[in-house]
Amino acid sequence: MAIIKGRVWKYGDDVNTDVIFPGKYTYTVTDPQEMAKIAMEDLDSDFAKQVQPGDVVVGGKNFGCGSSREQAAFCLKYAGVGAVVARSFSRLYFRNCINAGLPALTLPESPDVFKAGETIEIDLSAGTIRCEAGVFKFPPLPEAVIGIFNDGGLIPHTRKILGTDR
Amino acid sequence: MGKTFAEKILGKKAGKPVVPGEIVEVKPDIAMSHDNTAAISKTFKEIGVARIDDPDRHVIVLDHCVPAANDKFAQNHKDIRAFVQEQGIKHFYDINRGICHQVLPEEGFALPGYLMVGSDSHTTTYGAFGALATGIGRSEMAVIFATGKIWLRVPETMKIIVKGALPQGVSSKDVMLKIMGDLSADGGLYKSVWFTGPAIDAMSVASRMVLTNMAVEFGAKNGYMEPDAKTLAFLKDRARAPFEVVKSDADAEFESVVEFDVSDLEPMIACPHTVDNVKPIGAVKGTKVDQIFFGSCTNARIEDFEIVAGVLKGKKVHPSCRMIVIPASQPIFLEALAKGYIQILAEAGATIVNSGCGPCMGNHEGILAPGERVLSTSNRNFKGRFGCKDAEVYLSSPLIAAVSALTGEISDFRDLL
Ligand code: SF4
Repeated sequence: MAIIKGRVWKYGDDVNTDVIFPGKYTYTVTDPQEMAKIAMEDLDSDFAKQVQPGDVVVGGKNFGCGSSREQAAFCLKYAGVGAVVARSFSRLYFRNCINAGLPALTLPESPDVFKAGETIEIDLSAGTIRCEAGVFKFPPLPEAVIGIFNDGGLIPHTRKILGTDR
Repeated sequence: MGKTFAEKILGKKAGKPVVPGEIVEVKPDIAMSHDNTAAISKTFKEIGVARIDDPDRHVIVLDHCVPAANDKFAQNHKDIRAFVQEQGIKHFYDINRGICHQVLPEEGFALPGYLMVGSDSHTTTYGAFGALATGIGRSEMAVIFATGKIWLRVPETMKIIVKGALPQGVSSKDVMLKIMGDLSADGGLYKSVWFTGPAIDAMSVASRMVLTNMAVEFGAKNGYMEPDAKTLAFLKDRARAPFEVVKSDADAEFESVVEFDVSDLEPMIACPHTVDNVKPIGAVKGTKVDQIFFGSCTNARIEDFEIVAGVLKGKKVHPSCRMIVIPASQPIFLEALAKGYIQILAEAGATIVNSGCGPCMGNHEGILAPGERVLSTSNRNFKGRFGCKDAEVYLSSPLIAAVSALTGEISDFRDLL
């Protein structure tokens, strides 16, 4: 699995899906590029303008709480985000990240050990995150969902299983 | 050792005994989607399967922006109607039926022992009928369309015992806000939450739905109550299929047991911008509000109308604020009409809107302007929730919303007695 290298976008506890992807857009904004442009709109207006491929969104507890809207995971992926790291995730957000093929990594030390804007390196196969404060280990994804993630998300995974990708 | 409710239902579906933490592939009994069905149908087409696995398990309700606020929403609805036709989905409810989480119970789809999923986080509501019900993402619903199946993690169970008799005028909404405030927004993360105890037993089915509706607000996978005589009376003449009541074994293992005594509970308010930022009403009394929203899948049922109309009868909404009223479903609208509640509210100066989600997630019918403040009977007060990130959302019970409508500021009914 890949190495992810990028800058840290640091946020706090309970970042909810409404600030990541506002409800008023959920039925009308569906184009990936348009979705990327409104990522984090109600939390951080600089984010969508300045995010670069590989950047990492970092949060505290209960990241992605609130709605089931998977656009809150997909919009970060479309914006180029390499991974989301948090102390804990809401269950819907965690599922949506896996289904989007976006690494959602649980790290008890997050976000305290990260500095906003620093460049960090994540090794998915080794399960490590290297930042200025040191090297931290995160637990592997549950066995049963690794297949989904490795296939690039739920839809490509389902196509593979059903044989409709051929 | 005995099994919990969640272990029993997921074990039965998986065809083997299961333990918490295990991931199982299961076939839900009912899968609900709403205005997001257009997006789901596009993803379903990408999967490359022509026909839905089992159309009769799917229920589709148009509610999130009804009637359509603009051409984009209209196109969205049009796409859904075409998909429903094409796939022969018979459980389809168009824009004139109400909010999905009210419609499914009314139509007898929410049944004890059922495994239910919905592409909406408040799918947890159906737990009030003894179903294991949880929210899923759009892609996951598309896969259920294609294969009928989904993976779920078997959750640990948290037992919440609510003791005591609620003081007059204090409701299940206040109980839930109290629980949220004490346990915090991740207090039930990933868990199956069982609400039980004398205070729950004393509640109506509609009041119980408030707790399961908001269970997701503290991270729970599902919230549920054991069906009793009231539940069965509600289901009589409604249930679409035979069902089996499933209960936790007496010797089942719970990860945690939490007790609340609500004998002295005060009206509670969730303050901006998180649902667990809960304060007793005394702390926020006098806060001016520009709008009262009496609606949503949380608190806009007939018992709520009775309370709100009781307060506003013969009186006027304060001229410094507006009041938006949206019944949770069409049958509730009709009953509120027949009982005179709609007349009372309209005469008081409230704006009555057709059943649906309305401004609850910021689509239409009562969006706020920057700097404005709403007191709402809904379930979520995140930034931007009423369509404007520079507005503030406070949450309360219907009774507090009603008395605050009279004064234009957050008010305690006990001061007006
Ligand atoms: S009323 Fe609000 S919370 Fe309920 S389903 Fe509609 S948008 Fe969601």
